[in-house]
Amino acid sequence: MNELVKMEGIYKTFPGVKALTNVSFDIRSGEVHAMLGENGAGKSTLMKVLTGVYSCDSGKIHFKGQEVNIHQPKDAQKLGISIIHQEFSLFPHLSVAENIFIGREPRNQILKFVIMEKELKTKTKELLETVHLDIDPDTLVKDLSVAQQQMVEIARVLSMNSEVIVMDEPTAALTEREVKELFRVINQLKKRGVGIVYISHRLEELKHIADRVTVMRDGHYIKTVDYDESCLGDLIAAMVGRSLDDKFPVHHNVAAGKVILEVDRLVSKGVLNIQNFKLCEGEIVGIYGLVGAGRTEFARALFGADKSEIGGIKIHGEKVIIKNPRDAIRHGIGYLTEDRKRDGLALGLSVEDNIILANLMNVCKFGIVDRNKSKNLSNQYVADLKIKTPNLKQRAKFLSGGNQQKIIIAKWLCRQAKVLIFDEPTRGIDIGAKIEVYELMNKLVVAGVGVIMISSELPEILGMSDRILVMHDGRFTGEVNKKDATQEKLLHYAVQ
Amino acid sequence: MSVETSKISFGKSGLFNKKIFNELGSFTGLLIIGLVFSITTDNFFTMNNLLTVALQTAYICLLAIAETYVIITSGIDLSVGSILAVSGVICGKLLLAGFGIPLSMLVAILVGGLCGAINGLAISKMGIAPFIATLGMMSIGRGVANVITDSLPISGLPEDFFFIGGGMVLESIPVPVIIMLVVAILFAFILNRTAFGKYVFALGSNEDAARLSGVNIGMTTIGVYAVSGLLSGLVGVMLAARLVSAQAQAGLGYELDAIAASIIGGVSPMGGAGTILGTIIGAFIMGVLRNGLNLLNVNAFWQQIAIGVVIIVAVYIDKLRRK
Repeated sequence: MNELVKMEGIYKTFPGVKALTNVSFDIRSGEVHAMLGENGAGKSTLMKVLTGVYSCDSGKIHFKGQEVNIHQPKDAQKLGISIIHQEFSLFPHLSVAENIFIGREPRNQILKFVIMEKELKTKTKELLETVHLDIDPDTLVKDLSVAQQQMVEIARVLSMNSEVIVMDEPTAALTEREVKELFRVINQLKKRGVGIVYISHRLEELKHIADRVTVMRDGHYIKTVDYDESCLGDLIAAMVGRSLDDKFPVHHNVAAGKVILEVDRLVSKGVLNIQNFKLCEGEIVGIYGLVGAGRTEFARALFGADKSEIGGIKIHGEKVIIKNPRDAIRHGIGYLTEDRKRDGLALGLSVEDNIILANLMNVCKFGIVDRNKSKNLSNQYVADLKIKTPNLKQRAKFLSGGNQQKIIIAKWLCRQAKVLIFDEPTRGIDIGAKIEVYELMNKLVVAGVGVIMISSELPEILGMSDRILVMHDGRFTGEVNKKDATQEKLLHYAVQ
Repeated sequence: MSVETSKISFGKSGLFNKKIFNELGSFTGLLIIGLVFSITTDNFFTMNNLLTVALQTAYICLLAIAETYVIITSGIDLSVGSILAVSGVICGKLLLAGFGIPLSMLVAILVGGLCGAINGLAISKMGIAPFIATLGMMSIGRGVANVITDSLPISGLPEDFFFIGGGMVLESIPVPVIIMLVVAILFAFILNRTAFGKYVFALGSNEDAARLSGVNIGMTTIGVYAVSGLLSGLVGVMLAARLVSAQAQAGLGYELDAIAASIIGGVSPMGGAGTILGTIIGAFIMGVLRNGLNLLNVNAFWQQIAIGVVIIVAVYIDKLRRK
């Protein structure tokens, strides 16, 4: 295997932060080189240096043995180095073909401004075949699933004859089956000699594709090893700088208390068909299912965020009416949404304002905010949850994903929620923060809170839940107790 | 990443300094413009002239405070100029009908608030974009004012009425300036220290997150546009008082000045950020510029060009500063 890229002694500083310190990294042709590290370890920064988004302060980049200067994305593109971001850079209202060839459409030889539609389509078709995507090149990108969009991204990158492809958390939004499809394409790219850098938080994926693994921590290069399943523990230890016996904290089995929440019929035509649901004090109910199974829809309907037909909801045995999130919150329900940035946090507002947002009425006297009370409460939760922020006035967008998630948890603790719905609570946050979130959930159940945890990650579901409900097509298709639960069983219910 | 490496401290000075710094930018701009006019003209830096600027700017300031609330929620209110006219002519009619100054003013201002609340209803309950809803109200309001007056000025208003729009306190301080200061302090307090104010910011920063945190989006939106309507009504009454005559054409185009003042003052057109102090500085930048250019005998058309340039430069500087 010959070396495609070699980065040596890379340094990069941002005002006040050493983002990369003497980092070295290399990519060989025909390999998948996985990159591990907690959020903020410098993985993305390094890849942005490689792809020309940032230029490094010092250090050398070699491409196929020759030293190159990469100052802007165009430079990287010319060399054949491409990146597929977590958030795609596709144009939703343009067709697949237009997206793939935008700016490089085949043109008429004489009339340069005329695009050769036919050629465009045949070329697109060919590319789509290499990524096993059987769709019409004229389809608009907005009508594709997330997984299909990702394949279009890959096709676009391939059309530029890329020899190095960086994938940043490519499976974050994919279902299990789509992930398999992606891996098939990745393995094929490998055979063609493409070098792939694979950034992911999901360690269990590595066994399917990874050849080598590099670990980074706090902007430093830690080590590179040939992948081998037995080294997983070592890798995790290297990532966090301490060893972890188990990814999941001991789940204290709280004797399930009184029924706290009872739902009788929650129906939304074509989306949701729940006959009944029960949650006890001190219980974690895991809800597993593939993407599109209706898990988030269930949470939103229960929380009053979406309209649905409700037979009846009882909290502590008392019948309540939930028509909107305000009702739900008043009755002690809290909801941590799947997508923090979209509907979880007011990113532009301060940590304090976010923490007290759901609880303002209790922090106010005659509508006027009691500043001491607000500050003391916020400080208390910042300390309790170990939220890393320079001060309460820091805007939420400047914190890391894990800390943002903790702010949202703080918001609901501040509101003294009795039922908490966690929707993908650890998506996109690093292992250290993940464990803290799990520990928090454990603390909550000990305190008698009922937790509903929606997750696509089987280990998380199996590790944390007392009871697991599996959803498919808007219905609960199976219920499994902790001790009987296996991955196979859950998957069986999820696809039936 | 910066968070992890910077020292953790819970001082209260952080925001305060930063806030002052943000305001300082536009305030420095204002000072520079003032300094230039002080040097280039004889009359700019005189008590008399400065009070004239303050008086002329007070009206736009009030409308800009209204616009600040609206723009922080990431909305826009194009109807302030028209609502102002409606309130003005209603106040005039009531005065002629002999209802007395306090009652006529109160009713007129409340009608302004009602028009604003209708904007808020159209936006939150009918789901119409703020630009469209208030564009409609802009036309409706102007029409209503014309219908009420038959397009003729309402004159013969009581002479005492003049005090609200043009009177002096302590022989030199114009009443509108005092009203403006009181309103500014009150609405800055509401914006920063009350639950409603927090909701306004939350709504503008992330509407979905705000809804899922139990913020009553509908009532907050209606509230914000009602505030805008109330302040427009107040300005309508004050303008009628100043001329001792209510006119359907009053406040034509003022909405654009008010929006410009907010934006120059650093209110984010994307919502979620802005201060009343900044907005007032923004309004004064425009007021001082107009006044100074007048003193320099620059014609009105060139003034328009200058104001336009200032808006773009101010927003550009703001953008650079944020980087």
